[in-house]
Amino acid sequence: MTLSEDTLRRIDEVITHYPVKRSAALPLLHLVQEEKGFIAPEAVAWIAQKLGLEPINIHELVTFYPMFRQKPIGRRHIKVCRTLSCAIMGGYRTCAEFQRQFGTELGAVSPDGEVTVEFVECLASCGTAPVVMIDDELHEKVGPEKARELSERIKAEAKR
Amino acid sequence: MAAPEQKRMIFRHIDEPGYTNDLACYQRNGGYEVMRKAFQRKPEELIDEVKKSGLRGRGGAGFSCGLKFSLVDRKSGKPIYLVVNADESEPGTFKDRYIIHKDPHQLIEGIMIACFANKVERTFIYIRGEFPDGAKILEKAIAEARAAGFCGPNTLGSGYGCEIYVHRGAGAYICGEETGLIESLEGKRPYPRIKPPYYPAVLGLYQCPTIVNNVETLCHVKHIADMGGEAYAKIGTPNNTGTRILCVSGHVQRPGYYEFEVGKVTMGQLLNEVCGGPLPGRTFKAVIPGGSSAKVLRFGERFKGKRKAGAEMVEYDWGVEDIPMDFDSLAMIGSMGGSGGVIVMDDSVSMVEALGNINAFYSHESCGQCTPCREGSLWMKKITARMVHGEARPEDGALLKSVADQIAGRTICAFGEACAWPTQSFIAKFGDEFKGYGAGKAQRPQGAAELV
Amino acid sequence: MIQPASPELVTVNIDGREISVPKGTNVIEAAKRATIDIPFYCYHPKLTVVGNCRMCLVEMGLPAVDPATKAPVMDPATGKQKINWSPRPTIGCATNVSPGLHIRTTSQMVKECREGVMEFLLINHPLDCPICDQAGECKLQEQATGYGRGYSRFIEEKNVKPKRTQLGPRVTLDDERCILCSRCIRFCKEIAKDDVLGFTDRGSYSTLTCYPGKKLENNYSLNTVDICPVGALTSTDFRFKMRVWFLKQATSIDTESSVGANTTVWSREGVIYRITPRENDAVNDAWMSDSGRLLYKEVRAANRLAAPAISGAGSAMEFAVRAAAELLRKGGVAVVGSGRSSVEEQFLTKKLAAALGARVHLVSRTAKGDGILISADRNPNVRGALVTGLVDALPGADLSGLGAAIDSGEVRAVLSVGEDLAAAGIGAAQLAKVAVVYMGTHADATSAAARVVIPTLTVFEKHGTFVNQQFRIQRFAAAVPGPAGAQDDLLVLSALAAAVGAPAAGADVGSVWRAIAREVPALAALSYANIPDTGLLLDAGPWAGLAFAEGDSLHHKGAGREAARG
Repeated sequence: MTLSEDTLRRIDEVITHYPVKRSAALPLLHLVQEEKGFIAPEAVAWIAQKLGLEPINIHELVTFYPMFRQKPIGRRHIKVCRTLSCAIMGGYRTCAEFQRQFGTELGAVSPDGEVTVEFVECLASCGTAPVVMIDDELHEKVGPEKARELSERIKAEAKR
Repeated sequence: MAAPEQKRMIFRHIDEPGYTNDLACYQRNGGYEVMRKAFQRKPEELIDEVKKSGLRGRGGAGFSCGLKFSLVDRKSGKPIYLVVNADESEPGTFKDRYIIHKDPHQLIEGIMIACFANKVERTFIYIRGEFPDGAKILEKAIAEARAAGFCGPNTLGSGYGCEIYVHRGAGAYICGEETGLIESLEGKRPYPRIKPPYYPAVLGLYQCPTIVNNVETLCHVKHIADMGGEAYAKIGTPNNTGTRILCVSGHVQRPGYYEFEVGKVTMGQLLNEVCGGPLPGRTFKAVIPGGSSAKVLRFGERFKGKRKAGAEMVEYDWGVEDIPMDFDSLAMIGSMGGSGGVIVMDDSVSMVEALGNINAFYSHESCGQCTPCREGSLWMKKITARMVHGEARPEDGALLKSVADQIAGRTICAFGEACAWPTQSFIAKFGDEFKGYGAGKAQRPQGAAELV
Repeated sequence: MIQPASPELVTVNIDGREISVPKGTNVIEAAKRATIDIPFYCYHPKLTVVGNCRMCLVEMGLPAVDPATKAPVMDPATGKQKINWSPRPTIGCATNVSPGLHIRTTSQMVKECREGVMEFLLINHPLDCPICDQAGECKLQEQATGYGRGYSRFIEEKNVKPKRTQLGPRVTLDDERCILCSRCIRFCKEIAKDDVLGFTDRGSYSTLTCYPGKKLENNYSLNTVDICPVGALTSTDFRFKMRVWFLKQATSIDTESSVGANTTVWSREGVIYRITPRENDAVNDAWMSDSGRLLYKEVRAANRLAAPAISGAGSAMEFAVRAAAELLRKGGVAVVGSGRSSVEEQFLTKKLAAALGARVHLVSRTAKGDGILISADRNPNVRGALVTGLVDALPGADLSGLGAAIDSGEVRAVLSVGEDLAAAGIGAAQLAKVAVVYMGTHADATSAAARVVIPTLTVFEKHGTFVNQQFRIQRFAAAVPGPAGAQDDLLVLSALAAAVGAPAAGADVGSVWRAIAREVPALAALSYANIPDTGLLLDAGPWAGLAFAEGDSLHHKGAGREAARG
């Protein structure tokens, strides 16, 4: 597996934060996923070796934590909060709207490759429900109308 | 009675026009002055101040912060760790988000005072993975603070030093449980540890004595160091001292975060006055007072009994609206203050569907380590999902309650209670709705929000 | 035979009974001593405690003390110290005894806890007991009967998980049967030091997995099958072969090396179906190697010797013995004894060699030990040869001394007690020069070259004892009868002794032991019958100066050659 110089430098730096190397497992998974988009089996093996662990130790983490992906996703990742406060404020409708906009199933890459729409659990912004995260960016009070606007914006980016 | 004014201590500058999250702005507003003074004192004195303050943890359990500090094993010769629980993940709770994003230096100052008091030399902020910006903001703030000598080696020229590192989670509610968090921080699946023997105060991170504190709790430590424990204890009500941030979400006119002296505002004042009451044409039906795992309250129910008022016992007869928003009152009426997340549901909500939504959350978040929670949480989800999408039997409510009763109190960690309490309380308070759900399903109003 | 210092005892009360147990004992083990059963799945006395199954929940109470004065609070009703019962149940596996600890295992709360856990474990379980190999020795079955409610309230769809996964060459996994107790994962990590198993996904969808691209193929993998409390992990070899309740058990010893792991051999109607470890906390705990489990296959191997032979022609036993005696009486005899023979056989071999005036050689088998339960000395009973006086030094690397004596004509006849001389370094030309009397179990180059062949029994077909690397003498028993044409080694040795005019020393284990007790100082106080099932430690002092091959293994510190080689 090849990683950029910058990622490798950040990996080596973050390992120094911990008295026990294994603690750097989550940080390394984040860094590798940021660069590669997902965690491939070779990444699991690479991280395990880097930290002096067995690959199963990393595989157990990748499959436990929902934020780690084992497959590529669409260009933008749309995560709609599913939990109570958002749901009672219409989160399911918001999610359905994103799916309709991109003609896609939950968790799948949309046919145009632009997005992956997912339901996720509580994003801790319940006071501005329903909320949606598009990649690292939080969008608040996203009803169907705003979902349409956000979708249009993503589609416009794609055309550029 | 009119609602009292908010007392914004932790959230003093949040939403203040022109207030930014950088060091310069924080210092212009007196930032790190408390720490400077605290570093002139003996660590033991600072722990004493926290004890005197009566501060209770703001993460959920409401455990005494001073007691937590005093339980730490200081004779082991091993390093002592402080871990900041910034995994804010109890549904309905969103206070730490704003502290981290908008006033990170307040948190860092609180952390450094707690570390100095406990002679901690390395601390980790475990921040939930869904706060990527928050993590960056904290890292930047730590770098600024370090450059200015507020953390890192030889902090403030005191000879004492402490490093703060940000550690990102990756989407697992169970990491909010302190021993699950510690396992996660050690690079393992966040399976909560059995207690005994693994009490963090003795055998925590890397089997060393460890203090795990919530973000808001540590901010309070800064204010306690500032004003002194005795002065702090005068804020709020006895045994429920200080201020507390209440996060209101759901069916109110003005959802959001509000900081009050603990116990000085009632549920009715909070929802009707502060938050503007129900949405137009609606009435309140139910409220969950302390994050989604807290037992639900039904508008119209009465709570009667005797309570302590000063030295004497007095009778009380409260409706939901009359309950003071403090740890003890909410516990007394059978729920809890928890994490301060108040979720309001109006008469448009079906309690069966709301429970189905909650059950889906807890079954998704059960780590799967111990049998009752692992199997029970998914079973409850399957029952409520079937009730909503398939056949709902009149006896399903009783079955749900029985399953929940087989979980609570029998698991490794408090998740067992967290996933059982919603079911137990929904059935106890809305049992008829569960009995009649199947028959009345066809009459559910069109346009009601889908929850399951 | 040194007794360990008696540990500090703690008195606890379980279901109203006071019992004293060593400090550090957990509640499950303490209850076991009082013959009170506390059911469990994930707990295993030889693995770390994780407390995940929750089956061992019990009620716990501690003696009340005044918080201020620390003085005991008395209960006027009973006159005894008051007990503060915890409102929540606690797990027995992670609760260690403390003075005055009170435990209830029969209360309504405990009954409900067990019923709840049983129900939870069964809702997603396939209940395919009729075709499950674990049936008959399944903890889920036993405890559903003992502690379950007996009916199901679950009407939802069960979880679907992988069936029939080959985790490795010897272990098959059915994930739907798995109750996620993590015993197998802990075993691989903690005992086999081969961290390949883990859980993927989470919650009720958690799935036991071997890391993709790796295999559970370490030489201890089948222990995971033994400790799996349910039918999730099964032995690929034993799968679908036999219902366990038809099988008869015999105690045995793993002959792979001088560790002497204790085993149980399972057979039906004279056929062995499997070998499993037998717990011995001083030797092998609850474990054994995979390779040791396959040894029974030699019993019905195609090259098994089934009839005595003289110069290649089939014969009857008495003629074969007579022919052998004639050869041996001529003098110029060497005896090749074996570190695989039992103590009793070695004793008779020594007597026979003495009568013949023959020099005794022993075949050495050494290889690198695995640090767990296979030691560097691959003979199970070299210590026995020392104790009985068959030899007074460790065997040399090969039989070159014997080869030279054959070449010089000094040795003209060789009695081999179960050793393939060719494999031990005697060349074909040398074999052709001597008259070989071969007692053995399987056809090989030596049996082919031998003048007289007398078939004998494998370890699975006879009784005896071995002395392991710790100088622990341990018994093994016959699991199945030998083939029709084979004879017990003791009988053959005693017949040969009689035929060459040596004094009688017994022809079965009982009578041989009477002679052993008379003549072997180290075993003077013993008889076959009074050796405990877990063996007996002999005084190793007389042989302390020898350079034994063994390095460290599970319960043995080896200062031997292997350790020195590092």
